[in-house]
Amino acid sequence: MALDQSFVGRTYPATDPYEVGREKIREFAEAIGDTNPVYTDPEAAKALGHPDVIAPPTFVFSVTYRAAGAVVSDPQLGLDYSRVVHGDQKFAYARPVRAGDRLTVVSTIESIKSLAGNDVLTVRGEVRDEHGEHVVTAHTTLVARAAEEA
Amino acid sequence: MAARISYDEVEIGTELPACSFPVTRADLVRYAGASGDFNPIHWNEKFAKGVGLPDVIAHGMFTMAEAARVVTDWVGDPGAVAEYGVRFTRPVVVPNDDKGAVIEVTAKVAAKDDERRTVRVDLVVKSEGQKVLGMSRAVVRLA
Repeated sequence: MALDQSFVGRTYPATDPYEVGREKIREFAEAIGDTNPVYTDPEAAKALGHPDVIAPPTFVFSVTYRAAGAVVSDPQLGLDYSRVVHGDQKFAYARPVRAGDRLTVVSTIESIKSLAGNDVLTVRGEVRDEHGEHVVTAHTTLVARAAEEA
Repeated sequence: MAARISYDEVEIGTELPACSFPVTRADLVRYAGASGDFNPIHWNEKFAKGVGLPDVIAHGMFTMAEAARVVTDWVGDPGAVAEYGVRFTRPVVVPNDDKGAVIEVTAKVAAKDDERRTVRVDLVVKSEGQKVLGMSRAVVRLA
């Protein structure tokens, strides 16, 4: 069943802050095999003008995707999560995420489309720091594949 | 921000150094832990095949992260990345052997913005000779 278009524009409450830790960034950088010292060495980060180690560009997805869970699991929206695949992912950065950030996310349903029987849902996640400053906006498109005919 | 590449030295068509990234089952387990994405399609062969996949597949976000390294290694400061987006078009299948799969990334400058001193880098990301990401683009602020 197609998702209800009237949900476009619905905004979900800001998440509790996610505190970005140096060791979590290190763990993530190691998991993607990236040895750039700007992710692990505060002095290397400072040499590039950052106040502390920064996170790889896609690190923040863990934070925004958790926030998007409120949308995905909204019983009123009724998305069938067992059929969901990740379609597109985009990030627009005001600055890199860095250790010490306390990030909150406000998720908004940006669009709902129906393509060949699949529901295509785009969620915008606005990420701000503890000062309310914009850090990054994530656009996540999820595709719920059409259910097979019974 | 401290990009080590000068905007004026870059032309449309400039190629970034290409790179290949091996990916094994162990890499996927490590990424699952680091990212918090424990979907069993990324580590459980029986489950993956049960939902119609050929085998365990890499996290799309893992592939996206590897592709970004071609851009961040080139520019030096990953903080210079202003925008980054991809479309997940085909899974990277990771067999249970000691070789795993390989993600191959090439990239070139596709557009320049004189006002913002940014360039758009278009990436081509393949595994087993087939494109696995589409519309893969990064906008980077240069010095």
